[in-house]
Amino acid sequence: MDRVAVIGASMTQFGQREAWLRELLAEAGQACLEDAGIEADELDHLYVSNMASGEFEGQTGVMNALAHDLGGLGAYTQRIDQTSASGGAGAYAAWQSVASGASELTLLVGGEKMTHVSTGEATDVIASLTHPVEYKHGITLPAFAGLTARTYLESFDAPREALAKVAVKNHRHGVDNPHAQFRKEIDVETVMDSPIVADPLRLYDFCPITDGSAALLFCPEPMAREITDEYSVVTGIGGATDTHVVHERSNPTTMEGVVDSSQEAYDMAGRGPDEIDVAELHDMFTILEVLQSEDLGFFEKGQGWQAVENGITDREGRLPVNTSGGLKSKGHPLGASGVAQLYEIHQQLTGQAGPRQVAGDVGLACNVGGFGNCVTTTLLEAGA
Amino acid sequence: MSLQAYRCPNGHVSYPGHPRCPDCGSPQEDTIDLSDRTATVVTWTVSTATPPGVRQPNPLAIVEFEADGAEVRAIGGLTTENISTGDEVRPVFVEELRDPAAGIRAADSQDWDGYRFEPVD
Repeated sequence: MDRVAVIGASMTQFGQREAWLRELLAEAGQACLEDAGIEADELDHLYVSNMASGEFEGQTGVMNALAHDLGGLGAYTQRIDQTSASGGAGAYAAWQSVASGASELTLLVGGEKMTHVSTGEATDVIASLTHPVEYKHGITLPAFAGLTARTYLESFDAPREALAKVAVKNHRHGVDNPHAQFRKEIDVETVMDSPIVADPLRLYDFCPITDGSAALLFCPEPMAREITDEYSVVTGIGGATDTHVVHERSNPTTMEGVVDSSQEAYDMAGRGPDEIDVAELHDMFTILEVLQSEDLGFFEKGQGWQAVENGITDREGRLPVNTSGGLKSKGHPLGASGVAQLYEIHQQLTGQAGPRQVAGDVGLACNVGGFGNCVTTTLLEAGA
Repeated sequence: MSLQAYRCPNGHVSYPGHPRCPDCGSPQEDTIDLSDRTATVVTWTVSTATPPGVRQPNPLAIVEFEADGAEVRAIGGLTTENISTGDEVRPVFVEELRDPAAGIRAADSQDWDGYRFEPVD
């Protein structure tokens, strides 16, 4: 079986956009094809990662719309929804399509249009993924973050400021990302003085609501070698689920979906966590970056917050995490985020990350849906 | 109208119930009414950015009951923001926990009554 390569990558400006989802998807998709020098009519498969275009703007069938708008008619299309993990799930599907031989060229485009609705309405669309016994109490994803952050801080004697430092770091990284929603440094005081959203977490512990799109183009590695010198390879990928009902988890500070999916990805790649050079983690909430950094095996359980305090996950640190600025400063257009994580890793591995560039040949992206309900972990490596 | 946990023949207990026991896959045949017993607060938050039809602020907790030798957790609103981890609470019935017409979920697809938790003095 040939390895599966990524030969093109793109992302749109993230933030408050006037464009609707169809236009955002076409913008990213077209830029990705141009990045690789491929025409849309060469595509065998075309996938769209998206959580809720029907709920947000009353537009369904977006995979068909994109094929038509790009000139990719004839391609097999599907829309992939795994809530916030739709992008990672799309990468899994795209990898499968090429690895199985079903497709020689698969374009994956993730996107979401969210900012035209109120914060309360967007929160409700996202909270609609919860179980009825959760939904009827008005549980939101930020509320799960508050509940879990309290358990983490109390269990491991971690200072509240340690979580603020995740936001400070990712905002600092985002300054150098031209596509990021926020390109502004903040300090710990900014986080600690911001309004409470879900006690003990405050406004700056949360990612914003965002419009945007990102895309990746996959093909077999032998074909990649003929097309470009700048490609990366999917060497490991794994997906897993955790409970739908969040309080039914036996250990609330362990994200089992992260543990399981990363183990699959490490096994496939023949790699371990100590071999990762750069990582994009799903920091929808500051606490999530800390939990993932532990459940991926980067740090011992209960010690991820110390790694942030010690600068290990800074761009200049031993294991840079979220060089893109993360969801926190880059923004979080649900279906786009997992694709945009891999865009950043691809740029890093192919030396195209500009001022964000770090040294490394092995990258990891962890994309989380719900409160860890669905997870995809992907290892990308520089093409040989 | 109830706060019912479900038990399978192998003694695993869950709240809510599932068509098959999440631990062993057996049908959950017994129910345990939790509404007349007290629980311990495992963790809590006060949610201030609430969706349409939800009270603001919305204090919430995950609590743990002892149910015939097993521990089972539930999530629910709190009657107060004055709460600490480890507090003992009891369920209090509420006819309508949020406005069923205001949110995105089909109102008829689920029930909207249930129990919030209040501290036991």
